[in-house]
Amino acid sequence: MNFEEHAAKPLLETAGIAVPKRRLVTSAEEASSAAKELGACVIKAQVPAGKRGKAGGIAMADTPEAAATAADAILALEIGGRAVERLLVEERIAIAREFYAAVLNDASAKSPVVLFSTLGGMDIEDAAAKDPQALRRCVVDIREGFGHREAEEMLGGLDPGLGASGVAKTLVALYRLYRDTDAELIEINPLALTDDGGLVALDCKFILDDAAIPRQPDLAALGAKERLTAIEARGRELGLQYIELDGNVGVLANGAGLTMATMDAVRHLGGRPANFLEVGGQAYTLTQSALELALANPSVKSLVVNFCGAFARTDVMTEGVVTAWEELKPAIPVFFSIHGTGEEEAVELLRTRLGMEPFDLMDDAIKAAIEAAR
Amino acid sequence: MIVRAADRVLVQGITGTQGTFWSERMIAYGTRVVGGVNPKKAGTEHLGLPVYASAAEAANDGGFEVAVMFVPPMAARAAALDAIEAGARLLVVLTEHIPVQDVIELIAAATAAGTRVIGPNTAGLVTPGECFVGIMPAFNAKVHRPGRIGVISRSGSLGALICLNLVRAGFGQSAYIGVGGDAILGTTTHDALRAFEDDAGTDGVMMVGEIGGTAEEDAAEYAAAMKKPVIAYIAGAAAPEGRRMGHAGAIVMGDKGTYRSKRAALERAGVRVLDSPTEAGAAFTEALDP
Repeated sequence: MNFEEHAAKPLLETAGIAVPKRRLVTSAEEASSAAKELGACVIKAQVPAGKRGKAGGIAMADTPEAAATAADAILALEIGGRAVERLLVEERIAIAREFYAAVLNDASAKSPVVLFSTLGGMDIEDAAAKDPQALRRCVVDIREGFGHREAEEMLGGLDPGLGASGVAKTLVALYRLYRDTDAELIEINPLALTDDGGLVALDCKFILDDAAIPRQPDLAALGAKERLTAIEARGRELGLQYIELDGNVGVLANGAGLTMATMDAVRHLGGRPANFLEVGGQAYTLTQSALELALANPSVKSLVVNFCGAFARTDVMTEGVVTAWEELKPAIPVFFSIHGTGEEEAVELLRTRLGMEPFDLMDDAIKAAIEAAR
Repeated sequence: MIVRAADRVLVQGITGTQGTFWSERMIAYGTRVVGGVNPKKAGTEHLGLPVYASAAEAANDGGFEVAVMFVPPMAARAAALDAIEAGARLLVVLTEHIPVQDVIELIAAATAAGTRVIGPNTAGLVTPGECFVGIMPAFNAKVHRPGRIGVISRSGSLGALICLNLVRAGFGQSAYIGVGGDAILGTTTHDALRAFEDDAGTDGVMMVGEIGGTAEEDAAEYAAAMKKPVIAYIAGAAAPEGRRMGHAGAIVMGDKGTYRSKRAALERAGVRVLDSPTEAGAAFTEALDP
């Protein structure tokens, strides 16, 4: 779950990391009065997407009038496919240098990794390419943690001019915050060294681990709402993973891998998948709701149902599809391929109640569905 | 990481609905299940087996080599640490949606103690004709049959379909290793390749990957140096960027974890990448034809 900057910065404050004074606003008038209060300021679009600067979503303003003009311009933008609805107006800080700091889950190291670079204010990959020596990386043993000793060690010899003790303290606080909040990523870029020698986080990216949401309910309430279509939102309510695509062949399968493989085969065989819809894991008893979801997309002209039961029983899933099919009596054709746990019972259900025969090969079921959708 | 009939298996969460259903099937198939864990029902019997308060208690009462977890996500860390401290050689973590920092912690503890973790979010391990640990349809002879192909998969359902297609072409499996669908895994695709390269009962390896992460790229170099043929299928060619496709690990972020990158890395390593799971049987007929 992504957090917008205005929601992420208070987390840094709780960890004792300084951030600029700021106001969250939704109009040019509010931006103007915030600027009156804060003086020379920076105005930033609040969207859960990167590269806001390149998209024109960040502007400087020296006066309340300039703030209002900039706010109007940014509020008219769409960034990463989202209309900008909120702005953060922040006091402008006198910057001596810009650093980069982050803590994240690293899949290859199977560990938390703390990153620090003396080159901040740019994409960390660009910074690493520009000057590999400026970037330090510490793989943390999660059972030992990351304290001052580790921080000092990591920063050792990096740059005598950077006031290392303040940076070390910031990194330790950042790691503590990462652990307390179940973060997948916390990134401060830039972390500014001010003219008077203090460290201030000018921007903050925070991603909460989705799997930790049940034990971080208060925190999760502050995260950015995912942009979902109406059918995707309905799927979310039902506990089903539905992702809308732009094709016309509806896909219903069990398990993430098989569902992707079914979508892929639709495309590979010359068709266009209309959705990803998985009924695997614990959700396999929800097949009836899943079918309603698949049919809710008006672009769907045919449906392929591909079950291969491991954990999920194909007889239970097929029972759900057949029952829903009898109730809804859809006008579109459906093509089945069914194998694995409960296969005999599932095929029998299909024969007796829908008078249908499944295809032995999933590719044949998919070809038939593509043909029918034309 | 290839389970054998002699391995003694402890089922954590044996008394739950799924724990019961799959323990019955494991036992019927020949898996040597020696007991289960449920602190609330310690001292009782379930399926004719002793129920222990902890894995530590089970270790003191006869012992076990393999622990398999039918445990909800928020209880997974504690259950895993219990099994690791009790000396499990192999820990199969079926649980999906375990907080990532808990996963990191349990893998770190396992590595320090010498326990191999399979998963999380795996459908488990099958050694056809011997035993299985997890939630795969080992008992379905159309899917799992003894043979000489090693199968590695990030997905249970797709792994099952691939096995079915191999059986249809006359190939059984030496073993099935479900590495799991999470982003951070105890056993990687690379680790599993290594196990099959060293396994005398395996002639070739089927690698079933998916978008997200770098498991396939990381395994490519090793695959290129292997003596046995490796054939791959990668799911997610049609997946949109930035969306999590069911599995926590199955997400393309910008130019990272893409289908194109995985396919290119494997093909550079001389691994044939199939366009459809249906082609698996024919591909091995070709690859293993003397």
